Amino acid sequence: MIIDWNNFTPWTALAGGVLIGISAALFILLNGRIAGITGIIGGLFRPAMHDAGWRIVFTMGLIIAPIIWLLFAELPNIEIDAGYNLLIVAGVIIGFGTRYGSGCTSGHGVCGISRLSPRSIIATLAFMGTGFLTAFIMRHLLGA
Amino acid sequence: MKKRLGHMTALAFTLLSGLLFGLGLILAGMTNPAKVLAFLDLAGLWDPSLGLVMTGAIAVGLIAYSIAGKRSTSFLGLPMNIPTSRIIDKRLVIGSLVFGIGWGLVGICPAPAFVLLGTGNVKGVVFLIAMLIGMGAFELLEGRRKK
Repeated sequence: MIIDWNNFTPWTALAGGVLIGISAALFILLNGRIAGITGIIGGLFRPAMHDAGWRIVFTMGLIIAPIIWLLFAELPNIEIDAGYNLLIVAGVIIGFGTRYGSGCTSGHGVCGISRLSPRSIIATLAFMGTGFLTAFIMRHLLGA
Repeated sequence: MKKRLGHMTALAFTLLSGLLFGLGLILAGMTNPAKVLAFLDLAGLWDPSLGLVMTGAIAVGLIAYSIAGKRSTSFLGLPMNIPTSRIIDKRLVIGSLVFGIGWGLVGICPAPAFVLLGTGNVKGVVFLIAMLIGMGAFELLEGRRKK
């Protein structure tokens, strides 16, 4: 394993992580809810729309974040090497998988591990595992 | 009137939570799929940043959830919606394994997909639409299963 010291950003990564943690903390302590994006969005597909308001408002917060950021600084680089076909396939896989497994990086990875949920620890190990494996296959076996 | 004010306060904090989450992702570099893939590619030039993002978030989360676990209502007087299931079933494992495959392909997960929408990144928007279609497909299958 060779660490990419030129691109490793320990302090902003840690600070960004703390901000995400504060967001999750506020959401559970004030609103009594888990800051899990999959669950928040998934609830919008259900016929019971009486609780759609807060789901949309939380999502709006995510969407306006880069706009607020732009008021103070330039956005960091966004680099997406994947082509459109791959993006569509991966998007469908991720949408389906996260709902089938009841969570993603935020709900299982951050909130679930924080509350020491055995389900979330297993889920995080599972998606990290296939994430590592897929990246390895794509880059080193298929050379994409 | 008081109830209405409470409702607005809760929504204001919901917006703040979403916004802080998004800003955290941007600051951490997690809205850049190439950086996420540089974490997932252990055999290449490895960027450990994502690991520190998780560490920072979980460090704060552990404190918050230990407080939350002792309460029956939130500090705004709202019910605590904390999942209680401890059953590790096939759905949890298979769904997560499948999610990881997609994540390893493109380096985007659900939360950054919405931040990418806000940046106006076209590829990000295409991904987001596909992701929502995947979630919709899940709902359709679930609906049929329950009938």
